[in-house]
Amino acid sequence: MDFLRPASWEEALAAKAEHPTAVPIAGGTDVMVEINFDHRRPEYLLDLNRITELNEWHVGEEKVALGPSVPYTKIMENLRTELPGLALASHTVASPQIRNRGGVGGNLGCASPAGDSHPALLSSGADVEVESQARGSRLIPIDEFYKGVKRNALEQDELIKAIHIPKADGPQQFSKVGTRNAMVIAVCAFGLALHPSTRTVRTGIGSAAPTPVRAKAAEEFLNAALEEGGFWDSGKIITPSIAKQFATLASGACNPIDDVRGTANYRRHAVGVMARRNLMWTWESYRGEGRTLEGAA
Amino acid sequence: MAGTTTGAPTNVTQKYNQGGIGESTLRPDGTLKVTGEFAYSSDMWHEDMLWGQTLRSTVAHAEIVSIDTSEALKMDGVYAVLTADDMPAAKNYGMEFQDTPILAYGKVRHHGEPVALVAADHPETARRAAAKIVIEYRELPLITDEASATAPDAILVHENRDDHHAPFVPHPNIVHHQPIQRGNAEEAAKKADFIVKGEYTFGMQDQAFLGPESGLAVPAEDGGIDLYVATQWLHSDLKQIAPCLGLPEEKVRMTMSGVGGAFGGREDISMQIQASVLALRTGKPVKMVYNRTESFFGHVHRHPAKLYYEHGATKDGKLTHMKCKIVLDGGAYASSTASVVGNASSLSVGPYVIDNVDILAIGLYSNNPPCGAMRGFGAVQACFAYEAQMDKLAAKLGMDPVEFRQLNAMEEGTIMPTGQPVESPAPVAELLRRVKSRPLPPERQWESSEGADVRALPGGLSNTTHGEGVVRGIGYAVGIKNVGFSEGFDDYSTAKISMQVINGEAVAVVHTAMAEVGQGGVTIHAQIARTELGVQQVTIHPADTQVGSAGSTSAGRQTYMTGGAIKNSCELVREQVFEIGRRKFGSYHPAWATEELNLEGGKVVTNAGEVLASIVDVLEDEVVSVEEEWRHQPTEAFDRVTGQGRGHVQYAFAAHRAVVEVDTELGLVKVIELACAQDVGKALNPLSVVGQIQGGTTQGLGVAVMEEIIVDPKTAKVRNPSFTDYLLPTILDTPTIPVDYIEMADPKAPYGVRGIGEAPTLSSTPAVLAAIRNATGLELNKTPVRPEHITGT
Repeated sequence: MDFLRPASWEEALAAKAEHPTAVPIAGGTDVMVEINFDHRRPEYLLDLNRITELNEWHVGEEKVALGPSVPYTKIMENLRTELPGLALASHTVASPQIRNRGGVGGNLGCASPAGDSHPALLSSGADVEVESQARGSRLIPIDEFYKGVKRNALEQDELIKAIHIPKADGPQQFSKVGTRNAMVIAVCAFGLALHPSTRTVRTGIGSAAPTPVRAKAAEEFLNAALEEGGFWDSGKIITPSIAKQFATLASGACNPIDDVRGTANYRRHAVGVMARRNLMWTWESYRGEGRTLEGAA
Repeated sequence: MAGTTTGAPTNVTQKYNQGGIGESTLRPDGTLKVTGEFAYSSDMWHEDMLWGQTLRSTVAHAEIVSIDTSEALKMDGVYAVLTADDMPAAKNYGMEFQDTPILAYGKVRHHGEPVALVAADHPETARRAAAKIVIEYRELPLITDEASATAPDAILVHENRDDHHAPFVPHPNIVHHQPIQRGNAEEAAKKADFIVKGEYTFGMQDQAFLGPESGLAVPAEDGGIDLYVATQWLHSDLKQIAPCLGLPEEKVRMTMSGVGGAFGGREDISMQIQASVLALRTGKPVKMVYNRTESFFGHVHRHPAKLYYEHGATKDGKLTHMKCKIVLDGGAYASSTASVVGNASSLSVGPYVIDNVDILAIGLYSNNPPCGAMRGFGAVQACFAYEAQMDKLAAKLGMDPVEFRQLNAMEEGTIMPTGQPVESPAPVAELLRRVKSRPLPPERQWESSEGADVRALPGGLSNTTHGEGVVRGIGYAVGIKNVGFSEGFDDYSTAKISMQVINGEAVAVVHTAMAEVGQGGVTIHAQIARTELGVQQVTIHPADTQVGSAGSTSAGRQTYMTGGAIKNSCELVREQVFEIGRRKFGSYHPAWATEELNLEGGKVVTNAGEVLASIVDVLEDEVVSVEEEWRHQPTEAFDRVTGQGRGHVQYAFAAHRAVVEVDTELGLVKVIELACAQDVGKALNPLSVVGQIQGGTTQGLGVAVMEEIIVDPKTAKVRNPSFTDYLLPTILDTPTIPVDYIEMADPKAPYGVRGIGEAPTLSSTPAVLAAIRNATGLELNKTPVRPEHITGT
């Protein structure tokens, strides 16, 4: 195994163009686990740690440009207001040590359905900026990013440059079920963001389908129900029947498997429960005085 | 009510010497371990050393058709590739049965069985070479449970058994079976007003010690070997290793290296023989370190069990009878299965008075992973089942579950189902009273002025509930565990104590082969020496085979046994000091001629406190040294038909109250308090006592809600050999554990001590289960409880 250590972004793109099988590594919290388990033995590792700009973030007018190597700890500490859903998800990633090393780029590069940041990226409607030496950069909407189990939309010569995430315009929430109260891989997860500016709701489901997915039917139902009932204006309590139907449709968006971590039936059930609770928490915040962005945590 | 003892402590006559017994002196290895400087067995290094690597079977049961090592041997840096054909002498080893091949020959019997060994100059080279060995298997039918093991045409896991249980078992796939018959359960059942039956399943737990199997074998010039390993019992290893190497025991010199936890999982051999045969073959030192995945295949686990119970009671709440059948899956090799069967059977009644019992425990051979010793040793599985039964019966009777238990609790003098009387305090009812009388944590304890603290809720930081769906449950359990090796085993410890003057100060050296696996024996040993010899400076000699056996660090026995041996040898050393004193100074003071002398504060003093001489002046340049074996009272085997016999040495009792919050919609559990009351006989080191009880409690909590090795029933392969999917409790899963220990001395034990490490592991699991049942109203007959069980998905 060769270890490539580019000193700049340009060098990294060149290295990736020359060695398309090279696996990028930053925090190593996904890649090293795979190597330790002998699940993969890449010909080349492409170390991105010398490229400082990948470790930076920029808060713009409407979006946060998040470097793929920015560790989860920094997201929790610095971006709670702008990216509350992602900050909540970051809290649930592994242990403090891992959160000091791992970043969203690893989740996206690995594209495991169990990656903790996916539901927040889906529910906030992020774009992934990728670049190649040959064709320059392009933006991949998160909805088109996940292609299959551990497959993403990157070409072989592309690297992830930044993740552009809209700043929260309303409350966001995230829940994850694991069989331990900390430091656990998701059995399944759910994220929800209210977007009062567009009067829409977006969702993200983790670990309950071959890829992270949105619960589109549930979103459409809820968008229509909120609109028809005038909920956005009145801020009144969401009726139990709406919440229940939303939960049922969220369960229906799952296409889970049975594995050592849980059964398919449980995952469907739990996604429904989390969907209902996430909706209630965010809506409580929306209608509450403070209109805090994070929900009633 | 039975057992109304107040739990008042028994007075133990004790000399006072600073740093002696009863004080919470600190561990000598504590700071090193916390700061990461302690040298574990995986940290050793030797010039010129090679790295050993095993290749393990990818299938659970198969004939080995061929093994091709040629490609592996061609690799640069590879010094040896060995198969069973290359073994120098005996091909099998084993603690109780010599049924375990060093390397598989003929067939493999479980997933992950060692088949070949490689030695290379780099661990990665060794790993790659092992990957180039080609093994052709022809798969065989699998034995995975009692039905497949005892079917009329069942394939035999071991043909031609010649072990001591073989002539008596009903089927060759049964390692051992132990019935117990006492009274007449059939007749007594007719007098029962209520009968409850239950079927229970206990999952396969792993010891999950943090320091993986590792060690260093160094070939010596005399043709022997120096072996540095982390083990629970040096001399038991030695007895198994020497015949496999074709060496006399004196040429296999073993030294204990830093042990990173054990919990029973190091009682069997792991890499000891593997590294030694590689070292002898290559003539070079060989180091081996299993990685985490291999560790899950490198040691035995706790026996998974199926338990079938029937209890009856009269309407006034008195137990009439108990019938049970306990099926323990021992996996492919016997390990200590036969002894686990003896324990499960003889402790299946629990700490209760039941005069009419019909008991059977069996241990299977199967193609599942081998199982053996783990903290609680057969008593854990039984306690899980009989405590569930107690709750069911109490509910039928409409009685409080604690009062029902107290009404039937055993006490000193109770006759065990084996016919053996309980000959020391058994404050079962009192322990229950103590946990029940504690104040409860406040309701909705997760609420604060800033909202819900998710860390105090089920799901924790995963943020799954802010109180929705959360129901509190409370549950109780109590258990009984034997201490020391039972059933006629000649269980002894050896202690060599020397005393001499060094730099003007009397120094005692304690030399034993006791394995310090984290339990704190090294702390206790120094305390005992200080108390008995009246010196401050005590050196703990490294444990090795240059001194007699200390027995195993298991069965809660080391403080009792090696502690007892040290006390005994110290007493003999003390007598020698007095003898020298009499010789030198006897004429100066009449008290020298009496028996009323002590060693205190570095001096020889009379019982009245008069100082006769300093130890320094008595000894001058003489060295006093005693090495003696010490035994507990003998036990006897259980009768093979009736199960009668004085099989046990001592009992330990603990009770728990669990308070849980259950998210009933998501099936997630947060244990918020797990209070324990335990009789410890005598707390030689109170801080260590509390630590042991909290540790045992947490290990019991783990198997209640998350810990399980999952074996695919279709392939007998382990599905989760990693800490990613074999979950252990984190600190956020570990509740407050208030410990209330009482000291009621066992008159037969040194200082009155009781083994303490195992009993809390028993009752913790059923207490948590009872609390979850209390919250959910569900039956929950399997542990660990998974979210699917609570949500019915």
